[in-house]
Amino acid sequence: MTRSNAPLVWSLFGAGGVLAALVGPALVFVTGIAVPAGILMSHDLMSYQRMFGFAQSWAGKIIILAVIVLFLWHAALRIFHMLHDFGIHPGVASKLICFGLPFLCTVAAFYWVLPI
Amino acid sequence: MADTTKTIEIEVLRYRPEQDKEPFFQTYTVPFEDDWSVLQGLQYIKDDLDGTLSFRWSCRMAICGSCGMMIDGKPRLACRTFLRHYHPNKLRVGPLEHFPIERDLVVVVEDFIRKLESIKPYIIPKEPRKLEQGEYLQTPAQLEQFRQFSGCINCMLCYAACPQYGLDSKFTGPGVLALMHRYNADSRDGGRGERMALGHSEEGFWGCTAVTYCSEVCPKDVDPANAINQNKMGSAIDYFLRFVAPRGAGK
Ligand code: SF4
Ligand code: FES
Repeated sequence: MTRSNAPLVWSLFGAGGVLAALVGPALVFVTGIAVPAGILMSHDLMSYQRMFGFAQSWAGKIIILAVIVLFLWHAALRIFHMLHDFGIHPGVASKLICFGLPFLCTVAAFYWVLPI
Repeated sequence: MADTTKTIEIEVLRYRPEQDKEPFFQTYTVPFEDDWSVLQGLQYIKDDLDGTLSFRWSCRMAICGSCGMMIDGKPRLACRTFLRHYHPNKLRVGPLEHFPIERDLVVVVEDFIRKLESIKPYIIPKEPRKLEQGEYLQTPAQLEQFRQFSGCINCMLCYAACPQYGLDSKFTGPGVLALMHRYNADSRDGGRGERMALGHSEEGFWGCTAVTYCSEVCPKDVDPANAINQNKMGSAIDYFLRFVAPRGAGK
């Protein structure tokens, strides 16, 4: 029996799943509803200056990258498996799209977020 | 009894390889009482209407695991499913999905049995034990590690529910993987290393895509999806740790 290499992507998927479950709904609420509509939170909680400062700190960078990258890999593996369930079986094309795309996006996220 | 006058139509998938080119549905009208299971309905057909119908059963009480079949499209135990839930509509009964049909409602189970044997579903002692050492003692906490997973009756409903097994039967499948976990998680057992070569592979825990329908249909609340997910976590940790602290192949 050959050992599966699935743990590589699966650990990103698992971490993304946990993170999504923990902070996903709250993030949608804060960034999508509460702050823009000014419910419970003021508009300038996420003002440009504040968010810029947040993204300049190391803690901020790590949080932003974790949310982008881990969410991405979680979605990628879920889609990959779903394609399989629908009868589009793992092949070069589906792997290239499902793993190549998030890989490129991961590189891009680091490329843009780190220098802020 | 007034109840006996109630009747229900049961459509049964028939296939007798020596005479039928392909499977077809045959409808029987069965008088029944409120406490009749689908299995009793089938027995009525066999005893009183059509003796040529074949199906498996034994215990009639959800213990032996032989009466698994598709009832209105869902994998269920025929002895644990009641006709009154379908009345006044008719119901459709077919052999378990994802298995070749041997005859009527009887499926070929060799693949499942072979897989079951391959995981060594018995306790492999850590070291030879002498009689003077007495029995194994286990704390309630140690028992809880595997108790739920030891409830499996090998009914294969979870195999009929699993889309992965349906797509590619190389996948070991939910029930057998849950049993692998049951023995690995037992404090008396030392066979984990022998079993996990399969567990770590694509045919093992990693073939699962977390659909979890297996756990929904399981009549014994074994929750194979949970067993598999726990093992993905364990297998992933082991995947990375073996570079840091090698513990021998397959551990
Ligand atoms: S895990 Fe449940 S559904 Fe699967 S074979 Fe065992 S008892 Fe049946
Ligand atoms: S007859 Fe034994 S489980 Fe149904």
